[in-house]
Amino acid sequence: FMIMAGKVKWVTDIEKSVLINNFEKRGWIQVAENEDWNFYWMSVQTIRNVFSVETGYRLSDDQIVNHFPNHYELTRKDLMVKNIKRYRKELEKEGSPLAEKDENGKYIYLDFVPVTFMLPADYNLFVEEFRKNPSSTWIMKPCGKAQGKGIFLINKLSQIKKWSRDSKTSSFVSQSSKEAYVISLYINNPLLIGGKKFDLRLYVLVSTYRPLRCYMYKLGFCRFCTVKYTPSTSELDNMFVHLTNVAIQKHGDDYNHIHGGKWTVSNLRLYLESTRGKEVTNKLFDEIHWIIVQSLKAVAPVMNNDKHCFECYGYDIIIDDKLKPWLIEVNASPSLTSSTANDRILKYNLINDTLNIAVPNGEIPDCKWNKSPPKEVLGNYEVLYDEEMAQSDGPDRDLRSRSGQSTGVKGNRARDSGKPVLTTWK
Amino acid sequence: AMLDPDSGLSLTIARIVQRLKGSSLHSQLERQARVSLHNPEIKLESLKEDIKDFLKTSGWEKKLQNAVYSELNMFPSPCHPAAPPEHMKEPLAYMRKAQGSWEKRILKSLNSMCTELSIPLAQKRPVSEQKELLNKWNEMGTDEPDLSLFRPVYAPKDFLEVLMNLRNPNYENGEQPSFRNHLGLIQVPLKVKDIPELKEDFSELGLSIGQLGIDDSAQVPPEFFENEHVHIGQKVLAEQDSAAAQQYVRQGCPTALRADLWALILNISNQPEDILYYEQLKSNVIQHDLLVDSLIYKDVKLTASNDDYYFVFEDYLYQVLLCFSRDTSVLEHFTYSSATPPKSYIKGKLGMEEYAVFYPPNGKNFNYNSFIISVAPLCFLYHEPSKLYQIFREMYVRFFFRLHSISSHPSGIVSLCLLFETLLQTHLPQLFYHLREIGAQPLRISFKWMVRAFSGYLATDQLLLLWDRILGYNSLEILAVLAAAVFAFRAVNLMEVTSLAAAE
Repeated sequence: FMIMAGKVKWVTDIEKSVLINNFEKRGWIQVAENEDWNFYWMSVQTIRNVFSVETGYRLSDDQIVNHFPNHYELTRKDLMVKNIKRYRKELEKEGSPLAEKDENGKYIYLDFVPVTFMLPADYNLFVEEFRKNPSSTWIMKPCGKAQGKGIFLINKLSQIKKWSRDSKTSSFVSQSSKEAYVISLYINNPLLIGGKKFDLRLYVLVSTYRPLRCYMYKLGFCRFCTVKYTPSTSELDNMFVHLTNVAIQKHGDDYNHIHGGKWTVSNLRLYLESTRGKEVTNKLFDEIHWIIVQSLKAVAPVMNNDKHCFECYGYDIIIDDKLKPWLIEVNASPSLTSSTANDRILKYNLINDTLNIAVPNGEIPDCKWNKSPPKEVLGNYEVLYDEEMAQSDGPDRDLRSRSGQSTGVKGNRARDSGKPVLTTWK
Repeated sequence: AMLDPDSGLSLTIARIVQRLKGSSLHSQLERQARVSLHNPEIKLESLKEDIKDFLKTSGWEKKLQNAVYSELNMFPSPCHPAAPPEHMKEPLAYMRKAQGSWEKRILKSLNSMCTELSIPLAQKRPVSEQKELLNKWNEMGTDEPDLSLFRPVYAPKDFLEVLMNLRNPNYENGEQPSFRNHLGLIQVPLKVKDIPELKEDFSELGLSIGQLGIDDSAQVPPEFFENEHVHIGQKVLAEQDSAAAQQYVRQGCPTALRADLWALILNISNQPEDILYYEQLKSNVIQHDLLVDSLIYKDVKLTASNDDYYFVFEDYLYQVLLCFSRDTSVLEHFTYSSATPPKSYIKGKLGMEEYAVFYPPNGKNFNYNSFIISVAPLCFLYHEPSKLYQIFREMYVRFFFRLHSISSHPSGIVSLCLLFETLLQTHLPQLFYHLREIGAQPLRISFKWMVRAFSGYLATDQLLLLWDRILGYNSLEILAVLAAAVFAFRAVNLMEVTSLAAAE
């Protein structure tokens, strides 16, 4: 008898070529949702259904999906902040050196999310904070939306009256999660390059939360605003100045379809090293890696570490003019739309490398495998944090890695200063 | 009579002294010397010696050394004292003539554009417009002037055509058809180096010597070399020694040290008077509108705005280039360039010398296209406008101007083209012949790379490593060598193509 290895059967409800081309190049077979499938790349709505109490179903050992059931603990703006705050308090309670605070009461190592409050729940707390610094600007973001929708800036309490708890306009409806907002201190001193504001989009793949194993995609990018940055209050309403989302910027007059307002992270590194020096640049990137790992550690205890799941997150980070990185949000379903040719190539390779790690050898998966891919298949990913390996090195590993020795955050610095790339012919 | 070495040296010294005499360094040295009189160590009996020692220990002697070194780099060695000034610019008459015709052609094109569009070459801006421009100074990129009627003064291929048609009237090609003369596009008999000579000149690029930025298996393990090299670089910067810096960068600059090393080599220190000079240029821009400004806008929009690396710096490019076109100090370099600044006449006074002005003020008319792209990489290193401006201007008057003018200089574009073709023809004759046969003369492909010093064709980090060597060797010859190397690298694939398009 000839035993034929079965081909992976795939389904998706996201019609994007970067996905479908990758499935097809592996010779996988497309099937419908109600058929037997091995691999389902689903939207966040669908994952809700699959794991919901009423309509959900049990996945079998040879089925893999691309989201964790309760990813929203990380990817909803309010829950992310809640989890990080809880994580910090826990560390403080157990006397961990990571939770150390400075003379102003700010966390030294864990202050990477701008001051944030939930509205309307924390309205009064917010007002207290606002009054300490009445000239500050705050950014209002709806918890459940994406792509910059519904975001606005305020610098006066009157602008958010309707979220006040005593407000007569607040009704039962506004208490529902759909209308919930977070309000964060706006970073009005972003690092500017060429006078323009930008943010960083970095891709992070998590294959398991307990033990935590995550990978960082080396080819992240910067998204520039098309309009010169100004903190002037007259321009608070101009979203082209403040919001870097491509979904917003591409409607601007100056949006360019060739480069899409995007820079590679390696360009950023070159610029920073050349103008600021190598040490501060390395420190910046180390801090970025650090805050990503901390954010994952914060949600790890509450995550449903379902073995059928992996997830590729889109991290949004802003760097301020003191070269401090801030975590703005984490996206569960980073856009797979390509705004430029380069973009298409990047996202195609991203999916390719993701699949190589999540579905070993491109064969029908067995979700019981140890989720430890060999180094050769990582592609453009590099190991960001591997809890198992970290634990085998000793208990105070975390502290050592924080103080700058590249033991915890596995070899990122070594890798960056190491092999220069082959001649890149444009 | 041959110029004897002594009079050659004293000519050089005299020239350098003359040039430095009026400079700000001179007045600073004088000031320092005067101030030092208050020092207790300075004694009246040994005044001269004591002041000299003081200048040495306080680092001023080093600054003077750097300035002298800079002058030596820039200017050619003087020829015979009896030689006319044109010979300093360009010793070959037919080259001067060709450059002159080319300039006339460009000016004619510019003038006819003026007439067609009824736009003056220059005009003073109304006050309201001045205010507006001042407000928008940092974001000129968002401007959308109607540039559809402006066309570039010339295209790169026009320039290549002119170079291809250069002939030395004293050289009879017909009688001795030589291999070299018949295969390439450049048909003038300039002397170019061969591989043994290049190897000697560029000895620090030898295979057994460590370099920054290469990842092929090197004989020197990279990490070991890198650490050592960075360490040396920091020392060179601490010593503030131009000559040492120039030697050092031949093996590449560490990214964090590059900005300072280049500034040291180019002798740019961004003194208050430099910043003031830049501000003056800026106010010239605000007050007067030049026709060339529109050409600059158009070219920046066409090139840098669409570039993956450089789009971020679009606004800086406008600032630098608009100021540059008004910078009359650039006119100085015409003493050693084969070019002559084009003159224009105040309306109604055609031909009357006392009403002649240089147009544009810096005397430079050319296709900004190639040129813009040489500013852009510098934005990765310098983000302070006046410093960026000075570095760019210095790079221009030392190197990049040679890519746009017709001359016999070894770093001039004509020599680079010939060097490229000769290298390729000598070492890859089969490839050369094949490409020629399919109508894909190699120079047609590599010309645009060289004329832009590879900017826009290489990733920025690699471009900067290439420019490290231009500064280190004070020569553009490396551009021709790289171009030939690219062909050599792709030789196998190129042998199989059958058209110019495929080769590209």
